[in-house]
Amino acid sequence: MNRTNILIGIRFVLLILAQVLIFNDLNFYGFINPMVYIMFLFWYPIKENRVVFLLVCFLLGLSIDMFSDTTAIHAAATVSIAYFRGPMMRFVFGINYEFQSFRLAQASMVQQLTFLTLLILTHHTIFFTLEIFSFAHASLIMKKVMLTGIGTLVLCFLLRNLFSRDKE
Amino acid sequence: MLTVRSHSFHRSKFFNSANWVSGIVYNSRDNITSYFKLKEENSLLLEENNKLRHLLFNRNFSDSVALDSAEVGYEVLAARIIKNSYANSENYLTINKGSAHGVSQDMGVITSTGILGIVEHSTKNYAAIQSVLNTNSNINAKIKNTNHFGSLTWNTDHFDVVQLEDIPRLVTLTVGDTIITGAMSSIFPEGIPIGVVNDFKLETSASFYTINVGLFNDMTNLSTAYVITNLSKPEIEELESNILDEQD
Repeated sequence: MNRTNILIGIRFVLLILAQVLIFNDLNFYGFINPMVYIMFLFWYPIKENRVVFLLVCFLLGLSIDMFSDTTAIHAAATVSIAYFRGPMMRFVFGINYEFQSFRLAQASMVQQLTFLTLLILTHHTIFFTLEIFSFAHASLIMKKVMLTGIGTLVLCFLLRNLFSRDKE
Repeated sequence: MLTVRSHSFHRSKFFNSANWVSGIVYNSRDNITSYFKLKEENSLLLEENNKLRHLLFNRNFSDSVALDSAEVGYEVLAARIIKNSYANSENYLTINKGSAHGVSQDMGVITSTGILGIVEHSTKNYAAIQSVLNTNSNINAKIKNTNHFGSLTWNTDHFDVVQLEDIPRLVTLTVGDTIITGAMSSIFPEGIPIGVVNDFKLETSASFYTINVGLFNDMTNLSTAYVITNLSKPEIEELESNILDEQD
């Protein structure tokens, strides 16, 4: 239990540093900055206190906001996907998710990828809608969501493969 | 509102990159990465020195420079840019000088090649700057050698192109005209280079041009900046607030 919390803490700090020092400056094609800190929500234990989870995600988003001068857009988007993470997992993993013994590593690669895609898509849609905040620029929002989303997905998938603890 | 501010709404005072946590993190990154740019920075400095020397040698007035404090209108402070962004619709930069060095809100920030932005927040050792690449940015600018002024905004499309608005249709424009800062604001001195006219549009029913201005500054590659303090600004602001008070 204690070891899990320390691991979550280390992950929290490292993901923020990686995001603000590396990925915020990537500017691939001029504007694609993958938001890899979403992996925090992917890796967070499933059967944990929901209030604590939402609070930690709020702090994560707010820290990213603080570093990247985005008022509180990252916080809003992160708390939103933290709130919807439960229903998303139920949708992707089906009834297995309800069992006490369910672990993310048991799910198939396709299921994990679908879960990750859902997280990223929801996060990016909320993030860019709030950032641009104008329906006149709907096409710009769509473009940014899709292209940044693909970038985030690729990098998150690579991170998942690099750092997943349960290898077959 | 007593004065015209650089921003349309008040942003959070603490959650911006000018706080000490992000300041320390970005500063330590800059301490490392700045070494990789030394050569490039050196040549930029040399180029700027060259330009300034050219100005100095071709001055036509007396050899002594008046340093009477009453005649100094602006003060300049050099700073390092420790964080830059240009991919968002509201971009901010962070510099390593803050209120301890005299940096405060609504001061102008430039580089050796052109305009950069306006100070939005300052803490003790750091300041957050609203870049010209920010949808809230609104800077007074004019066409060089004329007195036609407009306001400089950004439509988020390209990080090297900003828009100049409110130039009336009776002005004759040419592609390649230089755009400089105007004298209408107390933030920037008049005549700081901004960019050149890339292209412009004039709808038949419109009374103002839509002008795309290509920036002189390479906003993707910045390392040093100058913060400008207008010493007569308090006086100007007092005067403007007096007028407003009388109107009320």
